[in-house]
Amino acid sequence: MTIANQELRTIMTAHTKDDENARRDFLQLTAGAMGVVGAACVATPLVNSLNPAKDTLALATIEVDVSDLKPGEAKTEMWQGKPVFIKHRTPKEIEEAEDVDVATLRDKQPDSARVQKPEWLVVIGVCTHLGCIPVGNKPTDAHGDYDGWFCPCHGSHYDTSGRVRKGPAPKNLAVPPYEFVSDTVIKIG
Amino acid sequence: MNRAVFSILAIFALFAVVTMPQAVQASEGTVHPAQQSWHFDGFAGTYDRGALQRGYKIYREVCSACHSMKRVHFRNLEALGYDESQIKTIASGYNVIDGPNDEGDMYERPARPSDAFPSPFPNKNAAKFANGGAAPPDLSLITKARHDGPNYVFGLLTGYEEPPHGETLNDGQHWNKYFPGHKLAMAPPLSDDQVAYEDGMPQTVEQYARDVVQFLTWAADPYMEERKRTGLKTLIFLLVLAGVMYAVKRRIWADQH
Amino acid sequence: MGSGERAEFKNPVIGWIDERLPLFTLMQKEYGVFPTPRNFNYFWNFGAIAMFMLVAMIVSGIVLAMHYTADTELAFDSVERIMRDVNSGWLIRYIHMNGASFFFVAVYIHIFRGMYYGSYKKPRELLWILGVLIFLLMMATAFIGYVLPWGQMSLWGATVITNLFSAIPWVGDSIVTLLWGGFSVDNPTLTRFFALHYLLPFVIFAVVFLHVWALHITGSNNPLGIEPKGPQDTLPFHPYYTMKDSFGLVLFVILYALFIFYAPDSLGHPDNYIPADPLVTPPHIVPEWYFLPFYAILRAITFNMNIYFLAGIAGLFTLLVEFVWREKPKMIAAPYALPILVASLFLAALGFIGDQYPTLGIPFTAAEDALVSAKLGGVLAMFGAIVLLLVLPWLDTHPIRSARFRPLFKWSFLLLFVVFVFLGYIGSQPADAAFGPVPLSLLGLLCTGYYYGFFLVILPFLSRFEKGRNLPKSIHEAVLGKGA
Repeated sequence: MTIANQELRTIMTAHTKDDENARRDFLQLTAGAMGVVGAACVATPLVNSLNPAKDTLALATIEVDVSDLKPGEAKTEMWQGKPVFIKHRTPKEIEEAEDVDVATLRDKQPDSARVQKPEWLVVIGVCTHLGCIPVGNKPTDAHGDYDGWFCPCHGSHYDTSGRVRKGPAPKNLAVPPYEFVSDTVIKIG
Repeated sequence: MNRAVFSILAIFALFAVVTMPQAVQASEGTVHPAQQSWHFDGFAGTYDRGALQRGYKIYREVCSACHSMKRVHFRNLEALGYDESQIKTIASGYNVIDGPNDEGDMYERPARPSDAFPSPFPNKNAAKFANGGAAPPDLSLITKARHDGPNYVFGLLTGYEEPPHGETLNDGQHWNKYFPGHKLAMAPPLSDDQVAYEDGMPQTVEQYARDVVQFLTWAADPYMEERKRTGLKTLIFLLVLAGVMYAVKRRIWADQH
Repeated sequence: MGSGERAEFKNPVIGWIDERLPLFTLMQKEYGVFPTPRNFNYFWNFGAIAMFMLVAMIVSGIVLAMHYTADTELAFDSVERIMRDVNSGWLIRYIHMNGASFFFVAVYIHIFRGMYYGSYKKPRELLWILGVLIFLLMMATAFIGYVLPWGQMSLWGATVITNLFSAIPWVGDSIVTLLWGGFSVDNPTLTRFFALHYLLPFVIFAVVFLHVWALHITGSNNPLGIEPKGPQDTLPFHPYYTMKDSFGLVLFVILYALFIFYAPDSLGHPDNYIPADPLVTPPHIVPEWYFLPFYAILRAITFNMNIYFLAGIAGLFTLLVEFVWREKPKMIAAPYALPILVASLFLAALGFIGDQYPTLGIPFTAAEDALVSAKLGGVLAMFGAIVLLLVLPWLDTHPIRSARFRPLFKWSFLLLFVVFVFLGYIGSQPADAAFGPVPLSLLGLLCTGYYYGFFLVILPFLSRFEKGRNLPKSIHEAVLGKGA
């Protein structure tokens, strides 16, 4: 200890008082502001680097050939790390989906708002309750009480339009952005 | 103020000295390639889009027969000035292996923009076997992976000559002025009028080499332009900040000097 | 800390917190009003700059770690993915890559400043030792970090450096196998190196905390090397030194930014852009620039040390201790000094010649009879060079701190600086290179000799015999005198 505590104390009190009428002049404010701006400019790319990278984004669209799906069959494709259900619906299933009083549904959507062509249903196969994958794509699967999909985690039932009819899920299965590149090729994303 | 300006000048001078091309590594059998002047040189250097497109053509028609560029993707070609549909067309001219499909088999499909450039050989051993034991290196990073990369690659492509008196070459060896050890397995890859240019540039080995080096430099360092732009903004900001900090420091110390 | 005086704060929230946990008082005391010698020059900026670099490295490193994959199959690709696909990934990696170099730039200047102005002397010995520990930890962290991109230099640098440990007698090979987790530098090595590379910076941070704590117990040294005698010799740390440090830091960052944006790969080696290949060794393996002087010392020992050589060295060392280190010789009377010197030199020369010319057939000089092989000798010389730094406060016991008042120390120290830089040059060259007609290996040995001589002979000698100039009475007086 080269400076006695007593002296340190004197300096401390002296400068605390001094601080109160410290000169916060224009220059110091500028310097401070530039420091903050500089830090923000460095922080931005650091945080932004955590967003999806360019290779991830490049895979954000996929094209799916559905010519091999017969009516009544469905398949699962990976899109952005999530399963997408593509179902070739039979006339009976289409009828079931359309023949519902929308007002009675939990998430009120007519079937026409969920498909581009009635025979093709494209939905994201992630239960809107807590993110499990519903079953129902294979003929041997459980289809739930409404002939669509059934989420085994907490028992949500989805109909042939992927709408929730029973169980804890709050929303219908989401419809991803997609378009028909040709009659049998769907571009998702 | 003089001292602050002086220190900043000293910093720039120090930077210039440290990064000056050094004539080191005069080990056996190495000749230093001549320093070319490049469009991408210097603080404000950029890539010449025309040269990049021509260079890509050289790579596609000549180099890619043996050399992979597996870190470059078709989507990256946007930087060469191609638009999305052109890139799709270019990509679909290649087949890539994908799979396995539902039956468990691998299958070929046309490439998409998200695919990497397909490699000429399925693996390194195949590349070795097909090239007399010397696998042609991947070119994605070649200008960064060699000392004084762009000048070296340019020198190599234009440096083939007759072996000096007393030197003998084995089968499959070629004398190159700039290759360490001089005996290079790669045959002279370029010859005049080998690749057709549509923009009227001379169809000479030198021009080909110049263009392909610019393409390879881009491939190894695709963010160079963005880097230099960001650098300029950063430096301007820092220089202003240095001035302000100097003034602040002077003011605070004024009563102590 | 904690108890004792507390500062008063106008802001009630700060006051409330400070009553319960006096963080703000601590800050106020240690960084606000902390009495700091008023005569610092710009060399005193580099502690703060090094601190800034440590934080920059940790922040950029944590982000990089989120994108990096520590697996020999994927490491190189994941780094290239950072460079090409991750948003601003190239910038973050160049910040980190060049940051390592600039962290060392700052720390080297900081170390040389400490040596020039005698900052290691009583009562700051522990402060200095903590600093050397930080330096050692930095070297370990930097070396391990260079392995992670898994390029050719990563693999072969790791192979060469970890093989150093095989020079340790008896247990060396087992240690190397343990380090590797296999029989060569491979996937287990890479995985553990990544774990260590993430851990060590926080260890460094902890030691830096102790370093700063120790600094605030003794107070800072200053260019005059005399202690402040009262308030007229000091200034509060804030705003005087906070602003001076900030200005210096901005200048330093300008140079750093020039490298990041305009020559990002110039401090690295091109071979590290070639993926690691365990079947092909690069023709010329060099470590990063900040290791080069120590690498040159490692390579300077090219001879085996046999029984004659070591006996000669032991004799010379005894003379050194008796006649240079000690005030009065205890074990050897002065008349015996000369014969012992001659005998020691003769033995050392005999041992050296016997090793260099095995055809002479001098008994016990064959390579297999060597007590210390060239390899072990190099390793010992390299680590010894750092151990010398640890014991520096006891090698230089001269009462004057600052080189300003010790011309002999000053010039021999500046020569050490030149020698150290030249050792760096030697380390960067192939082992068989020459400087004009003189082989570099010989120059490396001479420079290593000077390095050791400076610490073991010159410093103790000057401690006893250098008179030094008159010190000013006080910092205040010296500063005013300069202004007048």
